[in-house]
Amino acid sequence: MGKKKIEILVGFFVLLGMLGLLFLALQAANLGSIGGGDTYTVQARFDNIGGLKPRAPVRSAGVLVGRVTRIALDAKTYQGVVTMDIERAFQFPKDSAAKILTSGLLGDQYVGLEPGGDDANLAPGDTIAQTQSAVVLENLIGQFITGRADSAGAATGAASGAGQ
Amino acid sequence: MNAIARLGAIALEQFRGWGHAAFFFMEMLRAVPASLRRFGLVVAQVHAIGNRSLVIILASGLAVGFVLALQMYYALVIYGAAENLGLIVNLSLVRELGPVVAALLFAGRAGTSLTAEIGLMKAGEQLAAMELMAVDPKARVLAPRLIGGIISMPILAVLFSAIGILGAWVVAVLLIGVDAGNFWSIMQTGVDVWRDVGNGVIKAAVFGVICTVVALYQGHETEATPEGVAYATTRTVVISSLWVLGMDFILTALMFSRP
Repeated sequence: MGKKKIEILVGFFVLLGMLGLLFLALQAANLGSIGGGDTYTVQARFDNIGGLKPRAPVRSAGVLVGRVTRIALDAKTYQGVVTMDIERAFQFPKDSAAKILTSGLLGDQYVGLEPGGDDANLAPGDTIAQTQSAVVLENLIGQFITGRADSAGAATGAASGAGQ
Repeated sequence: MNAIARLGAIALEQFRGWGHAAFFFMEMLRAVPASLRRFGLVVAQVHAIGNRSLVIILASGLAVGFVLALQMYYALVIYGAAENLGLIVNLSLVRELGPVVAALLFAGRAGTSLTAEIGLMKAGEQLAAMELMAVDPKARVLAPRLIGGIISMPILAVLFSAIGILGAWVVAVLLIGVDAGNFWSIMQTGVDVWRDVGNGVIKAAVFGVICTVVALYQGHETEATPEGVAYATTRTVVISSLWVLGMDFILTALMFSRP
């Protein structure tokens, strides 16, 4: 009797542990969302992927439709090749555009898909032709500064030209 | 010259101790298959080690979840990011606090009782008596406790994290009023099952081995006096805590150093 009781108690203990693990996996982590579901793979080439990472979300109109699975560099064109899995329920036209966007001011980067108007849909393994690279803050600031310097240089150049 | 000799003696003594512990561990591993054949012994140990630690683990996990959520809220609300509360609490619990704090409590709750039990068995010469009767005390007494500890520790750590997250949910959603949908969905996008939860469980299993082996070794090597058992019990807590903290740093560096 005592032995049986102990076995029952240990059974409850192990069961509780499994329930805890299930809770952590399904409610507190991403096992329930996209992953292992029915997906198809497409690629997109970007001149600059910024801070995009594998497992980053792919969104269309802000809704999660897939995830980035692989990021590589094309050794010939020196472009970043982003491979992503998109849920099969969401079919996008062939001329859809992919952008690398940032969620919020300091948030993570994700791929935004904008559907085009083509009748044919993207097939598994296709490459998205229209892409827009990530906005790199340093380049933006650099452009701003050189833009200012150019206009300032033009102004002083004109002034010295007038002085002669 | 005397000082150098003493240094050498200390070093030799240390190495001897390490070698002794390693041999003890190997012999216990060799006894594991024999004790698995009598699984009832293991079940009884899971009950003694795991079930009886449940209350302290659940109470501490809940308290840690409460406090973590309250403190993080003060910092996060400055940046208007209170919704990220769940993610931060979850990651810190599942990756670090769950395994580590559960292991420290485990060393204090279960490790000490193992050391005292084995130490008194040794002091009462029960282990020697077993050997005389051709019963291997490693297979009959030590190995079931080792397996019991290895089974119990990950379960306790998982429950610690789970109840901590529930505690954070109570504070964040019910008391503070963070949106429940955001709380869970940000958590779900930020936490990976294999990388975060899986590695946390692996950590907990490693800590289970460390805590149980240290407790059994200290009990087995204790001096057969009341002071000896008291000293061995203290050393169990100190040594397993230091090992857990040091090992946690190494495991974290191995598991989570890549972004």
